Amino acid sequence: MSNTIKTVALVSAVAASFAAHATSAAADGAKEKCFGVSLAGANDCAAGPGTTCAGTSKVDYQGNAWTLVDAGTCADIELPAMADGGKRMGSLEELKRDIPM
Amino acid sequence: MTTQTDFRTALLDASYPVPAGLVDGRGQAAGRRYDVYRNNVAVSLQDALETAFPAIASLLGPDNFAMAAGLYLRQHQPGSPLMMHYGASFPAFLTTLEPLKSIGYLADVAHLEVAVRQSYHAADAPVFDPARLQGLDEDALMSAHLILAPSARLLRSPWPVLSVYSFTMVPGSPKPSAIAEDVLIARAEYDPTQHLLPQGGADFIAALQQNQPFGAALNAAGDSFDLGPTLSVLLQSGALTDIVLT
Amino acid sequence: MFDQTNALPPLPGVGYKPQHFSDILENPAPVGWLEVHAENYMGDGGRPLAQLRALSERFPISVHGVGLSIGGEDRLDPDHLARLKHLVSWLNPASFSEHLAWSTHDSHFLNDLLPLPYTKETLTRVADHIDQLQNAIGRPMLLENPSSYLAFEQSTMSETDFLRDVARLSGCGLLLDVNNVFVSATNLGYSPQGYIEDYPLDLVGEIHLGGHDEDHDDHGAPLLIDSHGREVADPVWALLDLTLEKSGPKPLLIEWDTDVPDWPVLAAEAGRAASALAQVSA
Repeated sequence: MSNTIKTVALVSAVAASFAAHATSAAADGAKEKCFGVSLAGANDCAAGPGTTCAGTSKVDYQGNAWTLVDAGTCADIELPAMADGGKRMGSLEELKRDIPM
Repeated sequence: MTTQTDFRTALLDASYPVPAGLVDGRGQAAGRRYDVYRNNVAVSLQDALETAFPAIASLLGPDNFAMAAGLYLRQHQPGSPLMMHYGASFPAFLTTLEPLKSIGYLADVAHLEVAVRQSYHAADAPVFDPARLQGLDEDALMSAHLILAPSARLLRSPWPVLSVYSFTMVPGSPKPSAIAEDVLIARAEYDPTQHLLPQGGADFIAALQQNQPFGAALNAAGDSFDLGPTLSVLLQSGALTDIVLT
Repeated sequence: MFDQTNALPPLPGVGYKPQHFSDILENPAPVGWLEVHAENYMGDGGRPLAQLRALSERFPISVHGVGLSIGGEDRLDPDHLARLKHLVSWLNPASFSEHLAWSTHDSHFLNDLLPLPYTKETLTRVADHIDQLQNAIGRPMLLENPSSYLAFEQSTMSETDFLRDVARLSGCGLLLDVNNVFVSATNLGYSPQGYIEDYPLDLVGEIHLGGHDEDHDDHGAPLLIDSHGREVADPVWALLDLTLEKSGPKPLLIEWDTDVPDWPVLAAEAGRAASALAQVSA
């Protein structure tokens, strides 16, 4: 079998697994529930900032000198100073979780 | 007379005196009454940045973030009242800050946060029916154009950008290891999701973004590219919206 | 004269926050209408627009702009006028309102409502900007009085005269923020009741209420800050009663924008507004 024929078969097979999934998801009316704000953690932040028409009694302290202090979670992350541009995450195991069965 | 140029200049730079001509109810100099406006502007923009970049805020901690945000908001006020777009240049700005130079991945994590926000507010698109990929012959498939949804964003990074983001934002996530990560961001309905791409996946999607046909995108991804996982991500994430057969 | 047909109902409303979406659909009482900030619904799609569309099928919506910079020295941003026109045309809200303030200068948006002097020159400019906006959206708007922390030496008119003249020149209606009246009057040392006496209540299409914080100036004089982060203060409720006695029932909005509480707390504030309305409706 040629590579392109293999590709056609692969595309068809992947699409077929999703076609079955799409039909069942559409049936349970999930869309209406999605209007409410997601409770799935990080997604709540996705809206980003909005406007304000209120004032604040918080005071802005803008200093001039800045020394980085250890205060955030970056202190818990140990990575080399330079990025490794070569190595790439390519594990199939990682991605299989995403394919609906 | 107090012009709006005077009023604005002193708002963002406390080394300027309170503009002349501003008074309290008895005609005395306004003094710290003017500081209410200074605080309103600086605090509201800093709060906006904190809302927009929760992972950066967490990575840096409150004091460092306040310094970075305070410097940014004085150089970059919003270009429009659409606050949802504020901070698009914050990732690049972070790379210019000397104290943050040692945190190489920071700007890419900020780029990821911008991409998620853009995806959240992007135009709605019809859901792609995967059945349209079935039963195509070789020529039809190779010359077809897969159309990405407006919510689709691609981020290529030499850093473990998604692992760092998850470590910061999702409790229980493992510590990132030194690996490069490419990420696809898209939303099927209302919530953007982030997906790690396998080797070649970002090349394939970048080619689709440039409106190259399926066959050319496949070539762009290289010989060792395994299409299955990337196609699954595209179908699952809501990143695809249409296919145009020629 | 401002035409009040197709206006908001004389009921309590609240400033809409997305975290209250489900509560509002399930248990809205006593809230009869909702207000949204125009600029938060100018994205291209997604949840904000889907929610607003769904809410507009159930409730009258007031669109409240916070970013047009009507009091600005610069010309109005044509892109922003076009965005407002688009939003008003697809949503067809019960009301559109904006502020007597400026927020953009030299293409920089400052995300705050900044003050302007009240003179013949600024009067002409504000009336002209309102005229442009009303032409763009094809309907009259309501103009809201600001909360002031200071005054301009160059001002030659009172705020109430300024608002009355703007309305006369432009044909707009007014949005009376009773908390802003109390905040400004306290900060600048005049009588809030006197302000209400002078104010053209016949032009009011909506009333705002919100909470404020207390601070002080360099001389130890009280300096109230319009923070929208707590319950409406008792003297503001009293000022509302005085206003409603003279004006009759009006749409009453509770604004709570920072430290936003759970729905029952906000609904209770709206309940207090309902009681104030009931006193004058009987």
